[in-house]
Amino acid sequence: MGELKLMKGNEAVAEAAIRAGADGYFGYPITPQSEIMEYLMTEKPYETTGMVVLQAESEVAAINMVYGGASCGRMVMTSSSSPGISLKMEGISYLAGSELPAVIVNVVRGGPGLGTIQPSQSDYFQATKGGGHGDYRMYVLAPASVQEMSDFVKIGFEMAFKYRNPVMILSDGAIGQMMEKVVLFDPIPRRTPEEIEKQCPWATVGKPESRKRNIITSLLLDSHEQEQHVFKLRDKYERMQKEDVKFEKIQCDDAEYLFVAYGSSARICQKAVDIARAQGIKVGLFRPITLFPFPSVELKKLSSQIKGILSVEMSLGQMIEDIKLAVECRVPVNHFGRTGGVIHSPGEVFEALKSTYLGG
Amino acid sequence: MTEEIIIAGFGGQGVLSMGKILAYSGIMQNQEVSWMPSYGPEMRGGTANVTVILSDEMISSPIVNEFDTAIILNQQSMDKFEKTVKPGGILVYDPNGITRHPSRKDITIYAIDATDEANRMGNVKIFNMIVLGGYLKIKPVVLIENIIKGLEKSLPKRHHGLIPENKNGVMRGMEIVKQK
Repeated sequence: MGELKLMKGNEAVAEAAIRAGADGYFGYPITPQSEIMEYLMTEKPYETTGMVVLQAESEVAAINMVYGGASCGRMVMTSSSSPGISLKMEGISYLAGSELPAVIVNVVRGGPGLGTIQPSQSDYFQATKGGGHGDYRMYVLAPASVQEMSDFVKIGFEMAFKYRNPVMILSDGAIGQMMEKVVLFDPIPRRTPEEIEKQCPWATVGKPESRKRNIITSLLLDSHEQEQHVFKLRDKYERMQKEDVKFEKIQCDDAEYLFVAYGSSARICQKAVDIARAQGIKVGLFRPITLFPFPSVELKKLSSQIKGILSVEMSLGQMIEDIKLAVECRVPVNHFGRTGGVIHSPGEVFEALKSTYLGG
Repeated sequence: MTEEIIIAGFGGQGVLSMGKILAYSGIMQNQEVSWMPSYGPEMRGGTANVTVILSDEMISSPIVNEFDTAIILNQQSMDKFEKTVKPGGILVYDPNGITRHPSRKDITIYAIDATDEANRMGNVKIFNMIVLGGYLKIKPVVLIENIIKGLEKSLPKRHHGLIPENKNGVMRGMEIVKQK
């Protein structure tokens, strides 16, 4: 077993990046995720593993440094919080268009605009439906604990390289700021230049005589060529849907009602499930772990036994659209959630379930 | 056993570190722990609070709206958190600076003159450890030796010389806490 520590979610992300063998982190400070770079600057991985840690002049600069590093087949990442992620969106679209692997962490705070520094889940649309322009998707992981903040950095890099696609870890201020026990995975050495060339034959690492020039670009002026390129991207997204959907089911076997929630809302719902079960109400929790690809197949299967679903999100209701698409009107789907940085309590969630489906 | 605690007071009183020491101590005796700080506008306005949960089981929600114990160290926090204690729960507070004392009848209320005591002991910085001692006298959720281990874990090495004084604070707190 790995090392046991008490850590903040943000610190766990930073430690996991070093342990995953990352080559570089480029960021710009913003609450509530600044501990990621602070931790890296304190740990100084550039003196041990050789990982670069750099505070860029802006979020835009940081994401484009990620683009540069990824073009060379390097394991690179950035992190920010909502307004900063909006600034990175152009770069993320370019990463997707150029098929570049990268991990982007969003420790979400309330919006729109500068909003508040308190936790929120109102960036679901941005993460799963686009945000940047064009026909693209990110692979989106939603951690619900400090443990997952650490684990998902490793999984995130694996997925980023498997699909040559940007991966987003969609967290929030609560998971980022809170401390929990975490078992750290054993450090993985950074890849050698030879290993990088072998893993990433597409990388722009200097052209030997033996092969054609590698070009990293998202510009394909010929529309037919662009169409073929987008079809190729689509095939990747469909493969994600087949091979790498992740979810968790808690007390779903005999459930008559279902909470569907991710991240910190899922933790809150878990307690609401306990409250409901103590009163004899059969409630379960379905937790999507990948928000894209969304676990639609599994949720649809589950819906045949369910009388009603409550989508619990710290937003006005964004994931609810994917839930509705998944269950295809077989079962009523309603939303509950506080927003703007307010966190709903387990008691409030339970009351919402009662008033929605059990006549108060 | 699950103990859900809110610790609330002014920034600088050691509210967050008291919570951190409790969480570390919980880990030392194999408990599940969570530590959820306020980091938002409240902190910038001068008040700070932290939710600590210690449990023998997996902790579902780190965010809760009612508590087994409230440790309250200023008036704003009294106004906000007295009502969040579960019936049958406890409230520990330092009366220093409190103008409206707690009035609930369905919880047990304890007072600890930690500010005065820290001044008497000549070290205002152990204020939070005195309060912690008072709380542990009422609810021994973690053992004193694990508090010491927790301090060793949470304090940088250069400050380990301060541990005996912190321990004195905890012991003194245990002596002076009293039920209202």
